[in-house]
Amino acid sequence: MSELVSRVQHHFADAEQQYESATFGMWVFLVTEIMFFAGLFTTYIVYRHAYSAAFAEASHHLDVAFGTFNTVVLIGSSLTMALAIAAAKQSKQRSTAIYLVATIALGCVFLGVKSFEYAHKFHENLFPGANFVYPGPDPAHAELFFSIYFAMTGLHALHMVIGIGVMSVILKETLKGSYNAEYFTPVECAGLYWHFVDLVWIYLFPLLYLIGRH
Amino acid sequence: METETKKKRVTYLNVAHGVKSWLFTVDHKRIGLLYLVSITLMFMLGSFFAVLIRTELLTPAGDLMSSDNYNKMFTMHGIVMVFFFLIPSIPAVLGNFLIPLMIGAKDLAFPRINLLSWYIYVIGGCFTMWAVITGGIDTGWTFYTPYSTTASISKVLVPAIGVFITGFSSILTGLNFIVTIHRMRAPGLTWFRLPLFVWAHYATSVIMILGTPVVAVTILLVGLERGLGLGIFDPKLGGDPILFQHLFWFYSHPAVYIMILPSMGVISEIICCFSRKRIFGYGFVACSSMAIAMLGFLVWGHHMFVSTQSTYTALIFSVLSMAVAIPSAVKVFNWTATLYKGSISFEAPMMYVFGFLGLFTIGGLTGLFLASVGLDVHVHDTYFVVAHFHYIMVGGALMAYLGGIHFWWPKITGKMYAEWPARIAAVLVFLGFNLTFYPQFLLGYAGMPRRYHFYPEEFQILNVFSTAGATILGLGYIMPLCYLLWSLRHGKDAPANPWLATGLEWKVDSPPTPHNFESTPTVDEEAYNYPVTPAAEAQSV
Repeated sequence: MSELVSRVQHHFADAEQQYESATFGMWVFLVTEIMFFAGLFTTYIVYRHAYSAAFAEASHHLDVAFGTFNTVVLIGSSLTMALAIAAAKQSKQRSTAIYLVATIALGCVFLGVKSFEYAHKFHENLFPGANFVYPGPDPAHAELFFSIYFAMTGLHALHMVIGIGVMSVILKETLKGSYNAEYFTPVECAGLYWHFVDLVWIYLFPLLYLIGRH
Repeated sequence: METETKKKRVTYLNVAHGVKSWLFTVDHKRIGLLYLVSITLMFMLGSFFAVLIRTELLTPAGDLMSSDNYNKMFTMHGIVMVFFFLIPSIPAVLGNFLIPLMIGAKDLAFPRINLLSWYIYVIGGCFTMWAVITGGIDTGWTFYTPYSTTASISKVLVPAIGVFITGFSSILTGLNFIVTIHRMRAPGLTWFRLPLFVWAHYATSVIMILGTPVVAVTILLVGLERGLGLGIFDPKLGGDPILFQHLFWFYSHPAVYIMILPSMGVISEIICCFSRKRIFGYGFVACSSMAIAMLGFLVWGHHMFVSTQSTYTALIFSVLSMAVAIPSAVKVFNWTATLYKGSISFEAPMMYVFGFLGLFTIGGLTGLFLASVGLDVHVHDTYFVVAHFHYIMVGGALMAYLGGIHFWWPKITGKMYAEWPARIAAVLVFLGFNLTFYPQFLLGYAGMPRRYHFYPEEFQILNVFSTAGATILGLGYIMPLCYLLWSLRHGKDAPANPWLATGLEWKVDSPPTPHNFESTPTVDEEAYNYPVTPAAEAQSV
């Protein structure tokens, strides 16, 4: 019990107020994240509408197999994350740790595949800029597509890196026994963030990889 | 005996000493003061550029500096004043200090994030200073593409990074306020018993969290285009520079409401106190803040009437822009109605309120001129626009900021400032401001374009007026700096409630204790239960 009391910071009346403030704060933060990506999605919509043929053509230069694999990996990581939270809520610290390790591992697999894809694009001279060489028609608008592709997936990957960093801290704390059925707020907030990052990818995958394949 | 116990009283100011105790504090009141010092320094930097601009414009010839340097001067003036002074000013200083006190909380919901937001602000400020020292930026504060991405040879990336970073300070402050106002209110303090200052900050915070991320990603895209060669806005690739303007103004127009809404909150507090009356139409004033925040997101297109926008789009944006005038006018009318039959007194904060009412009204009405498509085509990019937004940002936001600083100075520092110098300064600011910016309406209407450092000779007389006004205005700003600092050492000790005002912040000692309240207060009355009589006040303390 004294352990529990010490977890409530001085300015909160009780643990419930602290828990509700933290989760509410996380949701508000996710709203800002949505608006952050919204700028990019708007850009995408405007250009896709203006240059739909060129975008569909350029989309064929992305590897659907890698994209699909990564989508499965990320959905899997969302599952392990959800299981980690469920385990933390039941004070099962060992399983929490295992699920967190699995989440981190899947996140790393995603980033590994992504960097392989990036390297491939660099190799094919599909990174925008002076060295951009595009074999198909309408190279200027294709370059626009790849600019958006790198901006969006790059920013998403950055969020993954941050997420993996956060997970590592949560894992360390879990191993120290910081979380139990009474106090698991950080695990839950990290989970909310992780699910959000996954969700962004769920939109990015069809918008970037699957144009003109339906 | 009584003075002895008073001296020993532990306050948030004397609870700890030394630089470390300030740099690592998580007390919202101390963080408010950290912001106060840093934004005052940024204000001085921004004013320095303003002085150079006004000096250059004394004569028709461009004789003080080159065109390139003049471009840098107005750019740096805009960037520093908008992103590093006006946007954080009232929320980060007064909001930080007062919101927990006003709602009966011991701190904001996330004290460490609050401190983090100050550090982020300082880091962003350092980037901007770095850009100033190493040569400056000349794109205008708006970073318009493709000039900012391909043409400008000045240091665009560094201040852009500074603005990007500082945005997160604003986001975190807004997030903190929203959660605090939702979750930390004292028992009995229902939404419609909240001080209007809190309502105004809630509305501001909504804009901060919805708008700021958009400008952050927009500036990031400019950075990626300039730094890495991605071509998002590049017309060579079919990219659309106008898209940049849409994204930029989607934040930067609501940003005007980030500046003005908190000042409206300040005005509501002061005007009730010094007319000894409950605010007229509490619900309308509270809801008009939310209405301004919401409508504010639907008007950005009025910045692009002349940049390839379709006529129908322009008409819709024109109508929506005029619609913002409705909740703004509701506020002005309600404040005026509050004055009606009140026992008005003219303490310095109230002088700023009167200044605000006049200047904000002129700024708002000229905003309607600019919202009308036909007239805007005529005065677009002229000094008329410059005068209009200075009436809102300086005549509105800055007047209210100064009024608020005076009003809560006794609470913040525990000292009374000298009343008469403060009144004189308020009058000087009002007169100096009008002399500076009213001639600019005339100049703009006569066709003087903004952002040039030379002009035809027939414009000189009005420009001389304007520079003369700026000198008076400068004096009006230096005076408070002197007598407020003087009061720290020589001012009379402030009682808990020197103005006989309502509100929980006046029920605690001046300056407050580190944890604000001994025990969580309970609220059982409506806001602004004026008049507060000295006898009732003595009873409650």
